[in-house]
Amino acid sequence: MASQPMSRKTKNTLELVAMYAIIALVFVIIMYPLLWAFGMSLNPSSNLYGASLIPENWSFVHYEWLFTNPRSNYLTWYKNTLIVSLSVATVGTLLVSFTAYAFSRYRFRGRTYGLYAFLLLQMFPVLMAMVALYILLNTIGLLDSLLGLIIIYIGGNIPMNAFLVKGYFDTLPKELDESAKMDGAGHFRIFFQILLPLAKPILAVVALFNFMNPFMDFILPRIILRSPENYTLALGLFNFVNDQFSNNFTRFAAGAILIAVPIASVYLFLQKYLISGLSAGATKG
Amino acid sequence: MATNKKKTEATEQTKQNPTLAALLSIIPGLGQMYNRRFIKGSVIFVLFAAFMIAMFDFLSTGVTGLMTLGVEERVDDSRVFLSEGILSLIFLTFFVTFYVLNILDARSDAKKLQMGWKVPGVIEGFRNAWDKGFPYLLVGPGLFLLIFVVLFPLLFMGFLAFTNYSLYNAPPRALLDWVGFKNFIDLFTIGELRSTFFSVLSWTLIWTFMATTLAIAVAMFLAILVNDPRLKFKKFIRTVLILPWAVPGFVTIIIFTALFNDNFGAINADIIQPLFGTAIPWLTEANWTKVALIMIQVWLGFPFVFALFTGVLQGISTDWYEAADMDGASRWQKFKFITFPHLMFATGPLLITQFTFNFNNFNIIYLFNGGGPPVRGQSAGGTDILISWIYNLTFTNSQYSLAAAISIILGLLVATFAFFQFRRSSSFKEEGQY
Repeated sequence: MASQPMSRKTKNTLELVAMYAIIALVFVIIMYPLLWAFGMSLNPSSNLYGASLIPENWSFVHYEWLFTNPRSNYLTWYKNTLIVSLSVATVGTLLVSFTAYAFSRYRFRGRTYGLYAFLLLQMFPVLMAMVALYILLNTIGLLDSLLGLIIIYIGGNIPMNAFLVKGYFDTLPKELDESAKMDGAGHFRIFFQILLPLAKPILAVVALFNFMNPFMDFILPRIILRSPENYTLALGLFNFVNDQFSNNFTRFAAGAILIAVPIASVYLFLQKYLISGLSAGATKG
Repeated sequence: MATNKKKTEATEQTKQNPTLAALLSIIPGLGQMYNRRFIKGSVIFVLFAAFMIAMFDFLSTGVTGLMTLGVEERVDDSRVFLSEGILSLIFLTFFVTFYVLNILDARSDAKKLQMGWKVPGVIEGFRNAWDKGFPYLLVGPGLFLLIFVVLFPLLFMGFLAFTNYSLYNAPPRALLDWVGFKNFIDLFTIGELRSTFFSVLSWTLIWTFMATTLAIAVAMFLAILVNDPRLKFKKFIRTVLILPWAVPGFVTIIIFTALFNDNFGAINADIIQPLFGTAIPWLTEANWTKVALIMIQVWLGFPFVFALFTGVLQGISTDWYEAADMDGASRWQKFKFITFPHLMFATGPLLITQFTFNFNNFNIIYLFNGGGPPVRGQSAGGTDILISWIYNLTFTNSQYSLAAAISIILGLLVATFAFFQFRRSSSFKEEGQY
């Protein structure tokens, strides 16, 4: 009888040890590639042969190259990406909130068909129609331009984001805009002064996603942008490893760390909002 | 005098015949004028006339161009004909829609007049139009972009699938022709193509199922583990576990490509070789590439699901478990009857989107090994999924029509799947309440 609580206690300890061991293992699996890449970025040589996690003579030579070498376009890419991101985040979010407001608050002819069309279009990957996009941009002369990229990002994001925001508008009580209408407020006034401020959380999430996407997407820029001075960061970095893999990997690592750290910080810092936004989008359609 | 005139007008208004109004509207605006709404009628008439004058040439050449796809070789570019044809179809659809709406509007106005409704004054009419038109004004810009950026390209792709656009028959050098379902028939009858298609399709399905299910399983295991009340530093542990989700995907995939490199990658050099004495051909043997791909996708995909599950677990009332303890339930029973149903109920639709995401997960396939290793005698590599195969066919092999045909099949698969998902989604269940 006396050994009973004792053995339960040992079992308890053993379990705890096992749990910490599993978590330690997962930590290693998660951190190893990331730390390895960080180590690579500090490795002064440019190839991977015999590269170890902790380089013997570490240096910031690759970071320096990115910012100071005249042949480096890194800062231009950063600027391009910021231009694209900011335009997509502002214009895209505004357009989406217009659309979502109409679908949430008005009952107009064609509304149901519109909703179905949005839902359906949201399912198709933009990638499927790459050839057509290429030809379209070519005919209107927007190939190899940031404007073309911005337009496609904005248009492609509408269906999914409109549902996200519509779902949120649906949760705001209708009495708000009805009483405002009684007081003589016009359509735009109700929208800009009453609903938009209330929808700030979801709009922030959408804007953030719109802002982040150009930092991480390389395939659309790869098809649209041709000249290196028009590249976005992701495409430029991708080309470091795509052109001559082993030659520039360490430089890629340095450039990648510089965008991964801020993005990861934002994601970790705002994870609660981002995940709730993503979940709302999926459950709402 | 004045009252007399008003009276006659009122009696006149009651006589409006809905059918006649609709018939008159065959010339847009005339029906509205018959309903004595002269301003509305003339606005409609002018708009329609302007559209006809401005667009008639474009529409007729567009539609004929779509049928012929160009006549003179080396002069006509079939791709331009195709895109202009699609644009005219889109415009035509709009035109027909507005035309029908115009007829219906004249008819319903006439009906209302019969019921004794009075034609509103100019200002009131304008305000009504503003009220009714406002939602369209809101949707307009988004819809416009959507049509050009999403719908137009998809239609273009759809039409391309029924032409003979390939490396050997490419505009502007040659003209395209309509070939009907030839590309689809080829896909299922030419032995080499058929076997490629089915091997790619089956790997796509296996990949989708394995990568997603494993990620969900790992996420569930870890979420339950970290949720254990005895564990300390929960916040820190959770932050680290979310990390793979926070780092941009293309960066980590490229890092993994280097780590898995057959010759100098750290996984072979530091782990496999010392332990087993031999290197694993991660990038040159299709089956090993598949294993690596699934492992990497689990690494990339589990954190998001983990975060979702963690949120749900924290919300499950402890009453459930206390009641289960009173009944002497085992740990497995508690998982099976309390935890698991809770997790699935709360996150079901989200988990489904994880499957659709992986089904079209181009980035990892393309970045890790370019769909390779290459397979002799087929245009798809050993690990190509449908979407990356389409990409290869278009941008490397210039088999545009074939790629478009496969895109359509992919689209149909996605749409069928989507249809079943939408029927369950809450957005549409709510619709009935309005």
